[in-house]
Amino acid sequence: MNKKQKKMLKRIIASAVITIICAILPVRGWLRFALYMIPYIIIGYDILTNAVRGILNKQPFDENFLMATATVGAIILGEYTEATAVMLFYQTGELFQSYAVRKSRRSISELMDIRPDYANIEENGKLTQVNPYEIKVGDIVTVLPGEKIPLDGVITEGKTTLNTSALTGESVPRDAECGDEVISGCINLTGLIKIRTTREFSESTVSKILDMVENASSRKSRSENFISRFAKIYTPAVCFSALVLAVLPPFVRMAFLKLPADFGIWIYRALTFLVISCPCALVISIPLGFFAGIGGAGNAGVLVKGSNYLEALSKVKCVIFDKTGTMTQGIFEVAEIYPENISSGELLKIAALAESYSNHPISKSIVKAWKNEIDKSGVSDVEEISGRGVKVKIDGKTVLAGNAKLMMDFGISIPENSHIGTVVYIALDGEYKGLIVISDTVKPTAKAAVTALWKNGIKRMVMLTGDSAKTADAVAIKLGIKEVYSELLPADKVELTEKILAETKGKVAFVGDGINDAPVLGRADVGIAMGALGSDAAIEAADIVLMDDNPEKIAKAIRISKKCMRIVYQNIYFAIGIKLCCLILGAFGIANMWVAIFADVGVMVLAVLNAIRTLYVKDV
Amino acid sequence: MTKTYRIEVDCANCANKMEEAVNKIEGVKKAVINFMALKMIVEFEDGADVGKVMKKAAEVCKKVERDSEIYF
Repeated sequence: MNKKQKKMLKRIIASAVITIICAILPVRGWLRFALYMIPYIIIGYDILTNAVRGILNKQPFDENFLMATATVGAIILGEYTEATAVMLFYQTGELFQSYAVRKSRRSISELMDIRPDYANIEENGKLTQVNPYEIKVGDIVTVLPGEKIPLDGVITEGKTTLNTSALTGESVPRDAECGDEVISGCINLTGLIKIRTTREFSESTVSKILDMVENASSRKSRSENFISRFAKIYTPAVCFSALVLAVLPPFVRMAFLKLPADFGIWIYRALTFLVISCPCALVISIPLGFFAGIGGAGNAGVLVKGSNYLEALSKVKCVIFDKTGTMTQGIFEVAEIYPENISSGELLKIAALAESYSNHPISKSIVKAWKNEIDKSGVSDVEEISGRGVKVKIDGKTVLAGNAKLMMDFGISIPENSHIGTVVYIALDGEYKGLIVISDTVKPTAKAAVTALWKNGIKRMVMLTGDSAKTADAVAIKLGIKEVYSELLPADKVELTEKILAETKGKVAFVGDGINDAPVLGRADVGIAMGALGSDAAIEAADIVLMDDNPEKIAKAIRISKKCMRIVYQNIYFAIGIKLCCLILGAFGIANMWVAIFADVGVMVLAVLNAIRTLYVKDV
Repeated sequence: MTKTYRIEVDCANCANKMEEAVNKIEGVKKAVINFMALKMIVEFEDGADVGKVMKKAAEVCKKVERDSEIYF
């Protein structure tokens, strides 16, 4: 609690105690009035002065004015206890609200506690701590075990494991060694490392993320706009009804029913209206719900750029995927080996030796697949044939490794190709020895991700890719996606997305890795970029950023958004519903001022507590 | 030009009212108050005198909510 809140707490306690004493003391008349004025003034002096100031500033209808009118009216009717109690509960509610808001502000900044406070610079063999802002690109920074990496960079010395959970929500530590790129905000767990920085602090990942999270709820959702419009109409409407209630029924009773006017009763009922007319519960709980939802999502490695996107995400009915880098690794790997009169290990070894001098990604993947040390001493006469493959001599034997064209050039007969991916044929001394299939492997979690999306109410899934139809179809079948468009240019992707947008009733999300699909990310209702750590273009273009490249996070993000929206709607219906009920009951004299206090403060407390639930998304 | 200011305000409804009031000031294209983050993001019209506009903004905000504060 801060100073202001502590002061308010003291006022509440003092006033409550005195009120109870007043209620017990058997005094009547003016003395009773004077006694009750003590707790009433203690708890309500600021509201009364603010109410007067509001009228002078031509800003009536604020809650100070409402509370002041309701309580002064009650006092005039002789309901001293109720007047003081209304003020007491109102202030308690306000205190609770400001405490809850403060608390959730703090817990969200704790969740996103990734800001490094300092960077270690080595000077004359000693480490000194400096402000990360002072570090320039290319400086060498030392990170000790247990410290946060302050700036994005490349490891120049040392080997360690990194905890990226604050950024990605992924709890498994990641190994990093010399030459690896590391991003700011990760925690160095085991070893001392030295980093050559590649970005200034303000450009580093950690600054970008914090900036995004802090500004996220500035883009308001439709629910929030609805509530602020509602609040604007609601208060004057209730006040006006209160006035009607105070005047019209007594008049009707007198003029037409020849009954006594009973002004006291009707004014009392009108005053209960004023107590209910405060829109606080709604106005606070809706933005709080979104704020906590965005905070919770951020902690799970899902960065949402605004409450409007969280709202849109909950209504997504169609998801469009990019293939490479999103559903597949985007890295070439040896997928299958088909040897002919040779062991597969031997075939791979020959291929790896043959390709060992080449820098082509395909060659590299074969070398990588042969996990052992490569002894290049036996390799000679290396000849790279562009667009074909390589021809080398290994221990005096001629080895050919390359595509079908290479085999044809050398008159080697090969089996018909029915494989998906890139095929490398191997021949030894003019004899066909087998083939190796290299493909971009599907991410291990991709299938589960698609299944989870079907389960979460996604009606249509589409995969777009620039890749060949054969490869694309194979990936789609593996994943359980029925609709595939292949061999697309970036412009085609935008066109198709627009067509799908027109066809879909709900919202359309596009998921890409941010590499050359920025226009589509922007065009879809919700653009989701994944594995975006360190990729500026993706962070810029996307509405939602998945910090790691696990496609299962898409379904998780949708579940988080649905939970958030569910709670937001609960609060809207609950708060408006209770208030309307109390208004109706109040008009008929069934609900008294005590019920009205519950409708005001009680509803607000419950709505705020409910809103805070959106922060907890671990098991969503 | 868009600038972000830190603000101090206690109630969410007041923040809404402040937002409305600031949006009416001449020279302000669009103002958004983020109550949870306690920030006011103001987009100024081209050629607007930022100092003048913000002085006016502080004034109207005080009128709506006496306890409010804009740091600029």
